[in-house]
Amino acid sequence: MINKELQSKIQSILHAVQVPGRYTGGEFNQIVKSWNDVGLRIALLFPELYDLGMSNLGLMILYDIINQIPDYAAERAFLPWPDMEEAMRDNNIPLYSLETKNPLADFDILAISIPYESLYTNVLNALDLAGLPLYSSDRSIEHPLVIAGGHSVFNPEPISPFIDAFVIGEGEEVTLEILSIFKEDSPRKIPRDIALEKLIGIEGVYIPSLYKDHYHPSGNFSHLEKTNQSAPNIIKKRIVAKLPNPPVKPVVPYIDTVHNRAPLEIMRGCTRGCRFCQAGIITRPVRERTIEEIIHSIETLIPNTGYSEIGLLSLSSSDYTHIIQLVEEINNHFEGQNISISLPSLRIESVSVELMDALAGKRRSGFTLAPEAASERLRKIINKPISDEQLLDTSKEIYKHGWHTIKLYFMIGHPSETISDVHAIADLSRKVLAEGKQIIGNRAQVHVSVSTFVPKPHTPFQWVGVAPQNEIEKKIDLLQKEVRGRGLKLNWNDPKETHFESWLSRGDRRLSEVVHRAWKLGAKFDAWREFFNYDLWMDAFSQIGLDPEFYTTRDRDPDEAFPWDHINSGVNKSFLLQDYQWSQNEKTRMDCREDCYACGILPAYNDLRHQNPGPHWLCPEVNR
Amino acid sequence: MKQQRLRIHFSKTDQMRFTGHLDLILTWERIFRRSGLPLAYSEGFSPRPLLSMAAPLPLGFTSIGEIGDFWLSEIVQLNTVQSNVKNALPPGLEIHSVHEIPDLFKGKLPSLIIAAKYSSKLIGDVRNLDKRIKELLDTPALIWERKGKSFDIRPLITDLVLAKQTQKSSAELFMTLSNLPGATGRPDDVIAVLNVADKVEQICRTEIILKDEVL
Repeated sequence: MINKELQSKIQSILHAVQVPGRYTGGEFNQIVKSWNDVGLRIALLFPELYDLGMSNLGLMILYDIINQIPDYAAERAFLPWPDMEEAMRDNNIPLYSLETKNPLADFDILAISIPYESLYTNVLNALDLAGLPLYSSDRSIEHPLVIAGGHSVFNPEPISPFIDAFVIGEGEEVTLEILSIFKEDSPRKIPRDIALEKLIGIEGVYIPSLYKDHYHPSGNFSHLEKTNQSAPNIIKKRIVAKLPNPPVKPVVPYIDTVHNRAPLEIMRGCTRGCRFCQAGIITRPVRERTIEEIIHSIETLIPNTGYSEIGLLSLSSSDYTHIIQLVEEINNHFEGQNISISLPSLRIESVSVELMDALAGKRRSGFTLAPEAASERLRKIINKPISDEQLLDTSKEIYKHGWHTIKLYFMIGHPSETISDVHAIADLSRKVLAEGKQIIGNRAQVHVSVSTFVPKPHTPFQWVGVAPQNEIEKKIDLLQKEVRGRGLKLNWNDPKETHFESWLSRGDRRLSEVVHRAWKLGAKFDAWREFFNYDLWMDAFSQIGLDPEFYTTRDRDPDEAFPWDHINSGVNKSFLLQDYQWSQNEKTRMDCREDCYACGILPAYNDLRHQNPGPHWLCPEVNR
Repeated sequence: MKQQRLRIHFSKTDQMRFTGHLDLILTWERIFRRSGLPLAYSEGFSPRPLLSMAAPLPLGFTSIGEIGDFWLSEIVQLNTVQSNVKNALPPGLEIHSVHEIPDLFKGKLPSLIIAAKYSSKLIGDVRNLDKRIKELLDTPALIWERKGKSFDIRPLITDLVLAKQTQKSSAELFMTLSNLPGATGRPDDVIAVLNVADKVEQICRTEIILKDEVL
């Protein structure tokens, strides 16, 4: 069932490339089905290197649920590193699946996972390497149907002309609905427009070719006009009422990958409402797994994979309702088995230190805290209200419990930030270090990571401009001068990368021409510092005749229409605007599990919740 | 902690040939965890699994003659080890034998190696290969360089023969290369010295020869 011809061509070039183990497939737990005996073949593409893509939970979930159905085959594909790409192009080897080594162009459906915007040129490169036309309008019955999903497609417009259909939101159920539509007739057997029409009416599916974009004379986005009357006005994101069973038999890579561990999602969504955080809005509502399910999943994952590390994933581990009990249970079950459990995203409070202390075993590298802003005023503005005292107390506990290094994450560039807020980053970092020095002397370290705020669609800050590059540079210069000395280390982002992320985040459909041109000029692997080329993107903007500042530094009016307004995250735009206005008055919102602020999620999914009652869904009960 | 020492002979082929030495060690640790066998771990701040491979295999080479030592923290019957490990192997790894080494501590695998055998298939104009082999074997010394280090490659070549079914454009070569203090013979170096092949199809380590086994 392996495509022997392509396989032998691939094998003949592998000796000449770096890390050939990325390109062979055949790993433990890989699922290979008989190519000719299944009804639908789905290529799952992660448009990045294998080493990163193999750690992507979304891909693992889809691989698992699709392959559970005997009549469907899901196979994996990743983007080759440029040395392999060159060898493939020289030898006429198209992008292929790792399982059966079939060209992606031979699949029925090509499903692309796009969690972040910097992958857009990789998407184009992958389509090209697969030998497929880049534009949806140039593809037909002869090509696989190209579907994309992932967090970044909550604003699908900058890549909408390249994709046949988007899946907005959680993929577990809607993916199977889409596949069942094509169970009898593959998209390779029916004309493309009819295939797309079959998708109309599936909640969460957005077919960009059924809409035309319009703009005001000012250049601002005006609206999307439907070109097919059955197309929905609003595309409401999909959620699952209850988290389905997690994948417990993931593929185990032969080579080292970025997170070489078994991931296990313990909770989806977050109720903290940090105003800069897109994930916190678009993954609402909070749904948790039970402790029993988590313990049972770990017990299954270990013998299935042999992994010694399990990563418990969520946006905010501390907010898992029974987190203390969970950690106790894990220790009871797995002590002495040489298993390590990681618990990322802990809140800044002493309980977090106790949790990590219970889990971390003897090895203690760095302890990460993300205050995001260094002044209490700015932390109120971004709705991450913790006090300096709380941060310092927590730091003290961390050093007392045997850690030598604290990693502090800060964000600069918020429009409300003053220069004294930037000084405060240096001051606070030094105060944290001073706590450490009192306890463990000169072994104490503080690593300060500073990133620049990028306003994201569907967040309360979607109206604000990103900071101009010269302002960011000034702030970084200041930090470089002040965050130095024994025990202090500073990392920062290139403001050019920040702007790149910013124009892609809030781009409209016109921006797709810039993405296309940048790819033509050679842009790929933009997320890698060694490949990102700012000047090339500037060339692409000027050749297409668009101004990057329009997308980046410009403040939006409260009543401006956004290119992503047709994508509904379940949270109302009016709520986001109110939250933005509250931020300007330094008004915070507490954990919305305790007090509902009527963001819109509950009415949006009221029926779903009532059809699936239970304690797993953590919005408070409110009057309907 | 160490209760039992196992010596496993195994092969590493197919996709596994692109798994490097450190990743192979990680793979074995995972195999044991999947198998449910009680692999022993070192004490200290970062416990490491107690296992050791005889000799790293260069990336891309296959082998049907690998050897590894593994320590268990409880004594397990050999046939149980054999079947449990077998069920937990990834594609590309196969075990040939499992036996027990009575001494838990003495005789570290890498120090026991005296030589290794390799086979390889050469593609190219191999008509002169016979002559080249004879010339090489008749040379008393031949200085060769690898990664900027010069060494005499000749004493490392214990045996070098051509398989009988030689054709004009391809040939199969067998060699035995010694481990001498500070130098280990590499088959790709020997092939480079011969300088006849356009392409080397596949190099396979067929055997690792240990001290005891020769005596």
